Amino acid sequence: MTPDAPPPSPPPERHFLEMAFANRSFVIGAIITILVAAMALLSFLWTPYDITHLVVADRMKGLSLAHPLGTDHLGRDILSMIMIGARNSIAVAIVAVGIGMGVGVPLGTWAAARGGLIDEILMRFNDLVFAFPALLSAIMITAIFGPGAINAIIAIGIFNVPVFARVARAGALSIWPREYILAARAAGKSKALITIEHILPNIAALLLVQGTIQFALGILAEAGLSYLGLGAQPPMPSWGRMLFEAQTRMMIAPHLAVFPGLAIVITVLGLNLLGDGLRDLLDPRLRRER
Amino acid sequence: MSLLEIENLSLSIAGHPVLRDIDLRIAPGEVLGVVGESGSGKSMTALTVMQLLPELARAKGRVTFDGVDILAAPEEAMCRLRGDDLGMVFQEPMTALNPVKTIGEQVAEGIRWHTGANRPDAEARARAILDRVGLPEAKFPLSRFPHELSGGQRQRVVIAIACALKPKLLIADEPTTALDVVLQAQILDLLRDLVAENRMGLMLISHDLAVVADMADRVSVMRNGAVMESGPTVGVLSEQKHPYTRQLAEASTHVPARARSQEKAEKQEPQPLLSVSGVTRDYPGRRKGLFAKPEPFRAVDNVSFSLAPGHAVALVGRSGCGKSTLARMILALDRPTAGEIRLNGETLGGRSEYELRHARRNMQVVFQDPYGSFNPRHRVERLVAEPLHLLDRKPTAAQRRECVAEALESVGLNAGDMHKYPHEFSGGQRQRISIARAIITRPKLIVADEPVSALDVSIRAQVLDLFADLNQRLDLTYLFITHDLTVARAITDDVMVMHEGRIVESGPTATVLQNPKSEAARALVAAAPDLERAVATRQRATGD
Amino acid sequence: MLAFLAKRIAIGLVTLVVASAVVFLVLEIVPGDPALLMLGMNAQPEALAALREEMGLNQPVLLRYFGWIAGMALGDFGNSYTYSSPVLELIGERVLVSLPLALISLFLSTAIALPVGIFAASRRGKPADTISMGAAQIGVAIPNFWFALILIYLFAVWLRLVPAGGFPGWDAGLWAGFKALLLPAIALALPQAAILARVTRSAMLEVLGEDYIRTARAKGMPRRIVLWHHALRNALIPVLTILGLQFAFLLAGTIIIENVFYLPGLGRLIFQAITQRDLIVVEGVVMLLVATVIAVNILVDIGYAIVDPRLRTRR
Repeated sequence: MTPDAPPPSPPPERHFLEMAFANRSFVIGAIITILVAAMALLSFLWTPYDITHLVVADRMKGLSLAHPLGTDHLGRDILSMIMIGARNSIAVAIVAVGIGMGVGVPLGTWAAARGGLIDEILMRFNDLVFAFPALLSAIMITAIFGPGAINAIIAIGIFNVPVFARVARAGALSIWPREYILAARAAGKSKALITIEHILPNIAALLLVQGTIQFALGILAEAGLSYLGLGAQPPMPSWGRMLFEAQTRMMIAPHLAVFPGLAIVITVLGLNLLGDGLRDLLDPRLRRER
Repeated sequence: MSLLEIENLSLSIAGHPVLRDIDLRIAPGEVLGVVGESGSGKSMTALTVMQLLPELARAKGRVTFDGVDILAAPEEAMCRLRGDDLGMVFQEPMTALNPVKTIGEQVAEGIRWHTGANRPDAEARARAILDRVGLPEAKFPLSRFPHELSGGQRQRVVIAIACALKPKLLIADEPTTALDVVLQAQILDLLRDLVAENRMGLMLISHDLAVVADMADRVSVMRNGAVMESGPTVGVLSEQKHPYTRQLAEASTHVPARARSQEKAEKQEPQPLLSVSGVTRDYPGRRKGLFAKPEPFRAVDNVSFSLAPGHAVALVGRSGCGKSTLARMILALDRPTAGEIRLNGETLGGRSEYELRHARRNMQVVFQDPYGSFNPRHRVERLVAEPLHLLDRKPTAAQRRECVAEALESVGLNAGDMHKYPHEFSGGQRQRISIARAIITRPKLIVADEPVSALDVSIRAQVLDLFADLNQRLDLTYLFITHDLTVARAITDDVMVMHEGRIVESGPTATVLQNPKSEAARALVAAAPDLERAVATRQRATGD
Repeated sequence: MLAFLAKRIAIGLVTLVVASAVVFLVLEIVPGDPALLMLGMNAQPEALAALREEMGLNQPVLLRYFGWIAGMALGDFGNSYTYSSPVLELIGERVLVSLPLALISLFLSTAIALPVGIFAASRRGKPADTISMGAAQIGVAIPNFWFALILIYLFAVWLRLVPAGGFPGWDAGLWAGFKALLLPAIALALPQAAILARVTRSAMLEVLGEDYIRTARAKGMPRRIVLWHHALRNALIPVLTILGLQFAFLLAGTIIIENVFYLPGLGRLIFQAITQRDLIVVEGVVMLLVATVIAVNILVDIGYAIVDPRLRTRR
């Protein structure tokens, strides 16, 4: 008889780690992300200097052994500021992504499951939220409640909702016509149960990749908002605010503007690389292409 | 002298050997049929001749076309050959045309490129060839876009592109596999005529022995990247000297043994298992204008029939005739616009999902695609156990495993397979898993939507055997949805022919297929490829 | 096509009306008494009463809302409290800075990104691809305002080629105005271009794997022609989506960049309005920006229909 041989590819989970270590983007991205997160966590326990302690004599010092990244206009240690600033950036971005996923994914999968009018209403709702870029929401909130880190979280979070709703809906719509969904329906499972058992696990990879992208965008957006003074307020250090304060002193001390900016670039780069790597690893269609 | 000569061709892709020592010849004006199951290397042989192989492919050996050494030819020389002396038609017409360009542009493009003709001249020639392939100007102006055409029409456009400059060799890679039988017969006729008119050589690649027997002068049988046997069609297919050729031929006409069909017919059942009465399904149609009310499209039109317990019935028809829509309504996955469906006397309409549980336990489904019918992230145990959700009392983990083991064993798999993932199985094994899932609740009715269409012939024979076996052992009733009359012939007692939403003819399978009365049934029977008939016709033709 | 257009514009208008309700809700209802918010706790009672009267706060809410949108529809955005002049007039002056800035950077980013993306896709896996996509990867990570600071330091502080900020006004001559907008436009454009180039490349690669590309090659068309005539137009569909989304980012970007370069545009206007709690100006500018985003999305949809014939008949 004809050998009806199973495909030669081994089960994915056995080789996942092996493949992950061979993926350069993933490895570099993961290392950067872990280092940034570790730096932020470390700042809770220890920073080289106490940043609430102002040493006016040490104002705007250049790089030295005592202050590896120099000091700012109030004599605070830049490295310590960046470490604590990482905390703020990561916290804002994580909560904002959480809001986006927590609201957007249920909405998107619900719309895909129900279709028809509910789907249409959701898509129009998406259009509506897309008309308010995060900065615009932040501006409106600030106009009423005054500036603060919470504004940034809410504004970026609101902006993330339609992004995740769209990704979840598109992913779910591509799964619904599959025959295993029909088989599950023939097994009497409700749409909600099918969504939990079959749809969500199969769009999880998609959502994870989008999550890293939105995380990176969240960090950029938070930096922009705090640069404008719409984010975290002093004395809480934030990368965007540090850049704002550096701008007026750029003639005298350009290094003030260099390091907070580099911190943003490296963090965002790490997250984007991680996202690219994850997509390569998780999306079988792209994997086959290689 | 040969038009195409392939000698000792070996091919590897990214280091994996794909072809081994292939030898093929095509004389000018000759039709060579290349047959084989999936993975036999048919398509890769064709792509080697076209030099359209994937980037990592490395070919060794000699391929000579019309005096040109193809493997050594530079890309510019190949560009001059392709589309001019060498044309190719692909399997999937739905994706073979550029969606953003008109069919006129796509046909004229190659003409302009090769002949240097100006736009009006090229368009005139494009018009002529489109007329020739059966797309007349009145209905198919050059300004049509691919999405406005059906699959069969798109395949005609692809053929027009390939034949616009009357190539010396046309390569057709499974050109009709994605089409229904009636369209298949039409497209094959068109290819046959075009080849004869222009004295083109044709390399016809197919998995279907009957199609090849019908079309080809000579046949090459391929398997696992090597040529098993080559020779004149009549000799190869009537004598079947090579064991693999014989195995293929037997598998493609395989009829499973079904002892009980006789006695069953005698035993009259008082109540039908399934009764469908006056069922209609409308879909909202496309809007014609901004304010015009859309005309609904009637997919299923006032269909009534009943199914006796233990019977196997085929619902046959062309693609788009409404048979899958009907199947979905029977499975209560879609609601009829009008009419009633009863299972065991219990009506399915207007029930909540909870109330349907009893009915659902008694009817399960097997789908066509052995790759798409499983959630890739679940293990076989969970997949097969899914319908147990319908039981009133939730089984314990041990009971569940026992049920799954039993179901797997009754479809010829091992109980130990339940811990594997679906991608660890072959297509035929997956279809067995699919059947195991369908029988786990001990249903009375199984609806099978094209259950063997995606399988290679030898696997398909085994799966048909399994269906026949389960029919007897578990006293199952089958409703087979298929466009393939050989499946209907092999395994069903009765057949219903569906055409444009209506059932136009029904009766015992042998009677209907031997002596079809309705026009739709006659067209289906006439178009269905038949190996014995084709070989006999060819023998008579060569014998004269 | 006409029906498609009509439906798209109708949806846009409905979205705009709902958006206006949201803006009204946030800025006029949530604060309770906007007049008190604008004047602060220590306001004189007479001034408060006068402002309430001017803002029509004594009228019922629905009447206020409809009066507000009717006024905007007729071009009356109200009077700024701090500038004591019509909001529309204030906007009119600032648009002449913001709009050219947005357009120049949109043009720059598209002009850079499309060729780079197509080029990288056609050289997939080769050094040119790796280098340009590596650069794009870094470009995506750079915040535009930081990039702006670097540009100011390089070209204004160090090389002294352009002014570090400010805007001479178009009265000072087209060239002087353009020169003042050039650095801000580059700062905005390059990070956007990096994103767009990546999207273009992956869209091209996706399309190049399609069956119809093989059909075109089987016709004898060389790779180069297939790339430009068959692949590009199909790849434009996802690129257009990103372009539409990016426009919203670009508007947000202009607000930030105007603050970096001290440009008297809408971004500066809305910022001063926030610090001075001039809600009427905030409302007007926010509505204008929201309307722009919606209008651009309609344009993108029309662009889809031009590129993709399937959308002209469907829906």
